[in-house]
Amino acid sequence: MALLAVEDLRVEYRTSRGAAHAVDGVTLEVREGEVLGLVGESGCGKTTLGRAIIRVLPRNAGIVAGRIIFDGADLAALPEPEMARYRWREIAMVPQAAMDSLDPVYRLGDQFNEVLMITGGQSRAAAQARALELCDLVGLDRRRLAAYPHELSGGMRQRAAIALALALRPRLVLADEPVTALDVVVQHHILRKLRQLRAELSLSVVLITHDISVIAQTCDRMAVMYAGKIVEVGPTVDVFARPRHPYMMGLQNSFPNLLRPQETLIPIEGAPPDLLAPPPGCRFAPRCPFAVDRCVTDAPPLRELERGRWAACHRAEEAGELRVQAQEAQGWRVPAL
Amino acid sequence: MARPGPVMAPARTAGGDGPLVVADGVQKYFPLRRGLFGGGAGDYLRGVDGVSFVIPQGSSLGIAGESGCGKTTLARLLLRLLSPTAGRIRFGGTDLSTIDGSALLAFRRQAQLMVQNPYEAINPRFTIGRALMEPLIIHKIGAREDRLDRVIASLTQVNLHPAEAFLEKFPHQLSGGQLQRVGLARALMVDPIFLVADEPVSMLDVSVRAGVLNLMKATTRSRRLTTVYISHDLSLVRYVCDTTMIMYLGTVAEIGPTDVVLTHPKHPYTQLLLAAAPVPDPTYPVPEIAATEQVPTPIGPAQGCPFKDRCPHVMPVCHTTTPPLVFVGPRHQAACHLYEATH
Amino acid sequence: MRNGSVQALPRPRTPGVGIFGRAWESFWGILHHDRFALVGICIYVLFILVAVAAPAIAPYDPQQTITKGDDLMANQPPGPPFLLGTTNVGRDIFSQLVHGARPALTVGFTAAFFVALIGTIVGIVAGFYGGWVDAVLMRLADVAFGIPFLPLVIVLVAFLGPSLWNIVLTMALLLWKDTARVVRAQVLSIRERGFVESARVLGASPLRLMLVHIAPNVLPLALLYGSLAIGWAILTEAAVSFLGFGDPTRISWGFMLNDAYISQALSSGQFNWFVPPGICIMLVVMAGYFISRGYEELLFPRLRRQ
Repeated sequence: MALLAVEDLRVEYRTSRGAAHAVDGVTLEVREGEVLGLVGESGCGKTTLGRAIIRVLPRNAGIVAGRIIFDGADLAALPEPEMARYRWREIAMVPQAAMDSLDPVYRLGDQFNEVLMITGGQSRAAAQARALELCDLVGLDRRRLAAYPHELSGGMRQRAAIALALALRPRLVLADEPVTALDVVVQHHILRKLRQLRAELSLSVVLITHDISVIAQTCDRMAVMYAGKIVEVGPTVDVFARPRHPYMMGLQNSFPNLLRPQETLIPIEGAPPDLLAPPPGCRFAPRCPFAVDRCVTDAPPLRELERGRWAACHRAEEAGELRVQAQEAQGWRVPAL
Repeated sequence: MARPGPVMAPARTAGGDGPLVVADGVQKYFPLRRGLFGGGAGDYLRGVDGVSFVIPQGSSLGIAGESGCGKTTLARLLLRLLSPTAGRIRFGGTDLSTIDGSALLAFRRQAQLMVQNPYEAINPRFTIGRALMEPLIIHKIGAREDRLDRVIASLTQVNLHPAEAFLEKFPHQLSGGQLQRVGLARALMVDPIFLVADEPVSMLDVSVRAGVLNLMKATTRSRRLTTVYISHDLSLVRYVCDTTMIMYLGTVAEIGPTDVVLTHPKHPYTQLLLAAAPVPDPTYPVPEIAATEQVPTPIGPAQGCPFKDRCPHVMPVCHTTTPPLVFVGPRHQAACHLYEATH
Repeated sequence: MRNGSVQALPRPRTPGVGIFGRAWESFWGILHHDRFALVGICIYVLFILVAVAAPAIAPYDPQQTITKGDDLMANQPPGPPFLLGTTNVGRDIFSQLVHGARPALTVGFTAAFFVALIGTIVGIVAGFYGGWVDAVLMRLADVAFGIPFLPLVIVLVAFLGPSLWNIVLTMALLLWKDTARVVRAQVLSIRERGFVESARVLGASPLRLMLVHIAPNVLPLALLYGSLAIGWAILTEAAVSFLGFGDPTRISWGFMLNDAYISQALSSGQFNWFVPPGICIMLVVMAGYFISRGYEELLFPRLRRQ
């Protein structure tokens, strides 16, 4: 059951040098009660996608096409006053570097009250009770409500940011790099807490990150994004075990695994394309060791290869052999470079 | 090429495996401002609290730990950017705090640094070519005419092709990975024998990290460079370093050959770090971790084992006595009371 | 190594520090974005040309009392041949205005240059060394903050004699504090950046660090404050001259205002006398602020409208 369905969404940034196609035809769905991982490197558009869903794009960006269906309504087309009814109440976001986005001059408790009373329309008494509840929910010591953000550690502030997102009981939470700046032990606890919350509150979470190990640990399904497009979707276990898109294979190759240290890391040479003028064919083709002529001219559509398994690659059917080839550094040689 | 400076390290080709760096009881305390109402004889933060270890020539040491463990401070001490409040660091047999003037300049030619943030590593007002010339200018290396050749050669060595195209570019025109390669090239311009890399890839995209790491591995190996990698990421340390040192609150928790420390960790903190480290494999069962995430702030005099508040094996002695670093295996040491009896 | 292969690229010249190249590009870039800065530049250029060509443009000597036959051409209304009329002793106001550009701009640019120079040096040294050096220099700045500016100018001028250069001297002595404060703050943050630490590890001496690495990065800020100082300097010179402590050998706009005031031009309605110099002062100071506003965008790109 799809809670959120993004259909062919396009988001552009207006710059002095033209329009940058940050999100270029993304189709994705988030199911009830699942943790969906959205993984990609810097500049791939994952943060833009998240902000487009909750409609907090910067002034120079805009949704130019596509739909975002949530609960029967198209969020992309809603006028702002109506969107405000969904924001934070139905869909909430834990933004990137959330721990630094807490207002430094107000105590935590006041910031909770602001969300609960102003956006949530609750009375002060109800707000204060709910704030205590939220602290317990995310594992934050209740006494911290009296503290200022700078008095708290990074982990505590991140929990506070998560609590703020959950304040009005949304059904969907978008978490953008929720654990990136945190130490490993804190990261472990927060990721575990996110999964717990998913179970306790029947919440859906979209976890946006560049770190595939976080996805491996936390997400049921995952979507891989590259240069504004989704290139692979599927259950996490299957995507890791049998990646169908060369970019995912490349990511796995370049990611050090503590448990398999003998493997030589194979980098993906080159850089993502300029979003102001993306190439006509597959965007990954210039860096892909398996690219054929067709890849340079025709952009591969995201197609369903099996039930629940999608990939945007002309050679997805040969994925099995390509995977074997990708394991070796020799096999990962790009002809052009 | 003749190297200036009299008292420094043994020549690289001397074949000996003697230690290049010896740290002996190194301490760095940072004074904190007196509290509003007086607050005692001035409190201090224990940045590095009595660290002793040895780095053999040609080895690669990974210093790992969470934020606040003192690894960054230790890196700065090893490069004499900070002076220890107690203890000594010997480089090639000479106490670093005694050198000055031309001997210091000679040291600066032998010990180099790669910084964490590639976007700030190079002066934004310099072109890449100029930035690479800087070490040659400072140490008066080479005649004017062949400096340019050296710069081009160094760019080629770090796989930035074509080298000439990069000379006139400014840092803001390069990607993170390219900037980090330039940083490495710059460090190698003076032909150092010791390199400290402070989180060299943590700010780079994942797919780019591998390239830089492979380059560093290959270069340090071919030049037989003694290297220290500071990192919070154990998988990186495992990939690159032959020795690993785990730090906690300014002290050494465990040190030894990487494979041993990371597969048979003896110190409970190392075990905690390994249990918490994320693995890019969804079928890997994520272990339960009981320890809290709250790390105490090391202010004021140390008492007992720094890990006592979070250790699952804590004993009464841990509260009173600081555990000494004892051998728990060949070249493998841990600072934990659990192993005192057995050593 | 290189001779054997076919090189498509020519052998490049020795690479240099890109201070001037980049500054120039951004300079013209700002003019594209910011119309006000463009206006400011045009006003400066106009006045500089006027100042340079003053003897050619002004029809009369500004000090000359003009007679027509036996009559002193005093208090003439604007009209040919006196574009702006004459003063109460028969001097051509327009010529005075044109010549007045010289002291204004001379004082403005010279004082601003010294203020920026002293302020930048103090700011860099204080920010770089910290500790007692910083404390001493900043306490000096505090003293400068505390001294009332105009009274000190007047006192010094009274002691040293009323020449243009003494005014410049006083300004240089007192006005550097703002620049120093601001430059110091920026140096404190630049000091922590990776490239400064790298330069230290590479072996750069403190002097080299300050001159080669830090200074070029605070230059834009120093220029910004320098251009603000131009306005201040011109206003100060005008004020000092207006109060009668200015250089009597030079006709400046402030002097004209003083002259007009003493001769009761206000009550006799001689707007042609005191309004033009006031407008000129206003234009030049305003131009300085417009330009510095354009610079602000250079320094803080987030202020740029997308």
